[in-house]
Amino acid sequence: MTPATPPPLTLYRQMLRIRRCEEALVKAHGRGLIHGACHTYVGQEAVAVGVCAWLRRDDVVFSTHRGHGHALAKGVSCRELVAELFGRATGCSRGRGGSMHLFAPEVGLMGTSGIVGPCVLQAAGAGYSFKLLKSDRVGVAFFGDGAVNNGAFHEGLNMASIWKLPSLFVCENNQYATEVPFRYAAGNPSVASRGAAYAMPGIAVDGNDVFAVGEAAREATRRARSGEGPTLIECQTYRTRPHAEGMGDFTYRTREEVEEWKTRDPIRRWRERLVAEGTAQEAELTRVDAEVQDEVDDAVRFAEASAWPDPATACDHVYSV
Amino acid sequence: MRQLSFMEATLEALSEEMARDATIFVLGEGIGQRGGNFRTTVGLYDKYGPERLRDTPICERGFVGLACGAAMTGTRPVVDFMFLDFVLDALGEMINQIAKMQYMSSGRLKMPLLLRGCGGVGHAAATHHSTAGYPLFMHFPGFRVVVPSSPADAKGLLKTALRCDDPVLFLEHKSLLSLKGPVPDGEHLVPFGQARVVREGSSVTVVAVGIMVPRTLKAMESLAADGISVELIDPRTLAPLDIDTILASVRKTGRLLIADETFAPCGVGAEIAAQVMEGGFDDLDAPIRRLHGLHAPTPYSPPLEKAVVPDADAVARAIRDLHAE
Repeated sequence: MTPATPPPLTLYRQMLRIRRCEEALVKAHGRGLIHGACHTYVGQEAVAVGVCAWLRRDDVVFSTHRGHGHALAKGVSCRELVAELFGRATGCSRGRGGSMHLFAPEVGLMGTSGIVGPCVLQAAGAGYSFKLLKSDRVGVAFFGDGAVNNGAFHEGLNMASIWKLPSLFVCENNQYATEVPFRYAAGNPSVASRGAAYAMPGIAVDGNDVFAVGEAAREATRRARSGEGPTLIECQTYRTRPHAEGMGDFTYRTREEVEEWKTRDPIRRWRERLVAEGTAQEAELTRVDAEVQDEVDDAVRFAEASAWPDPATACDHVYSV
Repeated sequence: MRQLSFMEATLEALSEEMARDATIFVLGEGIGQRGGNFRTTVGLYDKYGPERLRDTPICERGFVGLACGAAMTGTRPVVDFMFLDFVLDALGEMINQIAKMQYMSSGRLKMPLLLRGCGGVGHAAATHHSTAGYPLFMHFPGFRVVVPSSPADAKGLLKTALRCDDPVLFLEHKSLLSLKGPVPDGEHLVPFGQARVVREGSSVTVVAVGIMVPRTLKAMESLAADGISVELIDPRTLAPLDIDTILASVRKTGRLLIADETFAPCGVGAEIAAQVMEGGFDDLDAPIRRLHGLHAPTPYSPPLEKAVVPDADAVARAIRDLHAE
């Protein structure tokens, strides 16, 4: 069954929740509350929200080191996300993961990863399971432009194609693999065109337009659920913060480039469109803004007040029994 | 009891478990209609069809990574990798992903995934068809490591592997595949973490892994006449390792030799020796000895190949030397 068309205001709320959460995490990083890496998703919110709008709770997502947005869009609460980055027992990975290893299988978040590439293969594997189990669930991989020059991309898309797996491959082309420009690293700079190499649709969309992303995801999930096979979606987007918090930013890109992309902010664009088209009133949006800020403030308080994991549990769950 | 070859025993185990559990599927090169390079899936394609006997392109990293995603989402993949050397291309998927998923998800995900195939030196297979490498997988937390030496154990351990929710590496020595032995009729399961005392004895304990079990049995034929009574232990699974059975034997004999075809550094012998030192130092009447393959890539030419692995004569010599200490 296909999910109902997502209400426009919900898309706004979800994107804003990601943005405000990331901003809170940036502040917390500055206060020393985040103990390891923190890769923010600022600027890319429309991709996670646009795709996840067409996913059911029992569909599964495999993500990357830049996965906070995917976790929130798939249904992880702000509380569980912030607590995880704070290293607390109440975090979505119970403090075992941090920024790069977010797990919430109960809502279909099957893990974010510190290694570039495996998520492509795992989403194909989920597709394999669902096909074998005769289920209409879908496996989704989110990955960056860095992953498409990795062998996992080739192997995963090829297998998904020959076995017609119900998988979605969502490339967030944010122009830089860490700090290596995609225009330098790619022999073929069009990710979408690579779909043809595997005889699957390759769709290029404006990744800062939540509606455009959603339309691509709607068709891709329809195809997957009805047995027509996988789809590759390339979302052109940009992260407007450094690769990770605390890292320098202008050795490989310019301030002007970052500022130019900020003018295409996906959240502001969607807000303006809702007002312009009369879909939402300014007052409604302002109320959502306040509610989201409260939710994020509450999450930070919750995380700070949460207990640390018990050191005696450090070896729990290495094995199933 | 009926006699089956090692290959027939594992095929029977796989077929029985596939009948019992519809979520089991096999991935590998030539495991479909062809029935597997080592006849690991003969007849199963006709019984269970192409979705459950899935021939793959040659992309080990790809299909091992795919198996990881499948194991997380309700099915039970079997990766039939033919030779361990091949699947080393997927080491990142195995160590970074498969072995860690249960832990990183704080036990909310299971990883019921079997990686099975051949390892070990023989048949002039040369360096890319001879690697056994299981000590590597003992080192990383998360794997179960199974190295059977008899058809009965191969069947019983494979069935346990196919009901286990942890990732299992199941290594079959290619020189054991045609070995025949008794296999019980009906349901036959061998639990992980229980060593088998192959022969009881009183003067020297030998812990032998995989192919070294039959080699040690051969060596023992020449030792009985000299009054050397060997207790031969096959750990069967290296992770978990049944150290208690080994310690109990050393308490009796006071002497321990570990015989394993893989390399010595950071190897099975080193690990068992350290654990016996920690748990049974006062029981030892002589230094612990290790007999391993030479620390070199596996060469092709028969005399060179023979030189890098310990044979029955080498085992007999090592036992005599240890007995004389």
